Amino acid sequence: MSKKVLEALTKKFGEAIERTETQFGDEVAYVKREKLVEIATWLRDDAAMAFDSPVFVSCIDLLDLRRPDENGRLVQVDTTQVPRFEVCYQLRSLKHRHRIRLKVRVTENDPRCPSLADLWKAFDWQERETYDMFGIRFEGHPDLRRIYLYEEFVGYPPRKDYPKEKRQPLVRRGDLPGPEGNL
Amino acid sequence: MLELITTKLEDAANWGRKFSLFTYPFVTACCGMEFMSVAAPKYDIARFGAEFPRFSPRQADLLMIVGTITEKQAPALKRVYDQMAEPKWVIAFGVCASTGGFYQNYHSVPGADQIIPVDVYIPGCPPRPEQVLDALLLLMKRVQDGRGYSQVRHKREKIVLEQRLASGQED
Repeated sequence: MSKKVLEALTKKFGEAIERTETQFGDEVAYVKREKLVEIATWLRDDAAMAFDSPVFVSCIDLLDLRRPDENGRLVQVDTTQVPRFEVCYQLRSLKHRHRIRLKVRVTENDPRCPSLADLWKAFDWQERETYDMFGIRFEGHPDLRRIYLYEEFVGYPPRKDYPKEKRQPLVRRGDLPGPEGNL
Repeated sequence: MLELITTKLEDAANWGRKFSLFTYPFVTACCGMEFMSVAAPKYDIARFGAEFPRFSPRQADLLMIVGTITEKQAPALKRVYDQMAEPKWVIAFGVCASTGGFYQNYHSVPGADQIIPVDVYIPGCPPRPEQVLDALLLLMKRVQDGRGYSQVRHKREKIVLEQRLASGQED
């Protein structure tokens, strides 16, 4: 559907696009982290692209994830070889009616990603949510704080290695039997 | 003789209390729809004297926890309960408020009784209005018998104080 966007991207930026693919009718471009802001600025300002509508920012944790290979078989992703997180930016152009998803791969030890909150205001809170849930540090974000969880919370719960039922209570009754706290 | 009068007085006060419960609806989730249905004329909680929701905890004596309590909300719930005047009662409305329901994860409290003492639990997701009225009748019986959590605690504290005074350890 938006093949021409991908083609224009690879033609203009070449090296900065690591890989492109099409998933269920959506075009995906894997982008080098250093070039993300430059590419996004071009996508927003170029008359033929005109991505005026930011849809969402999210993140994928590849730990314990199985993905189809080229033969369609599900294969375990080896996070020791590939970066663990993929930060996704979904953009849409209401003017030209096309969509594109930008993905940036970041490693567990260095979860930094440039912020696009300056380009699209709507990404401000979305990036805060992604930081809150996955611990991705968005560089250049105006106000990077937790948005849903409380300040005292340690860790990032939707990460696959966060224990499923681990609670971090703020208050508990003192007269309850048993150890206070993590029940 | 004095004892007889005070116990009868307590009974009379409890009789008054049970027919004029002022509810504070702590509505956090979808159970609120069912709560509105109970409060609306069709099921009409006013028949039992608990008709008037007070939106200030200082004026209420029945706290209805309607919906999921998250860990982030827990301090607010505790504060609301602490602000209510004694004697006070608590109803956990729905499974989320009673046990955490189907949330078994990092953000939800496994039952509001982890934070504050609860007198009556209503199961159901959400509970039928009839269940809520049944719970209200149960609570009214409890109020009349003086078995509400805050009533029992008050009695216990009184006994402890009397014992301390009798043994000559005044404060």
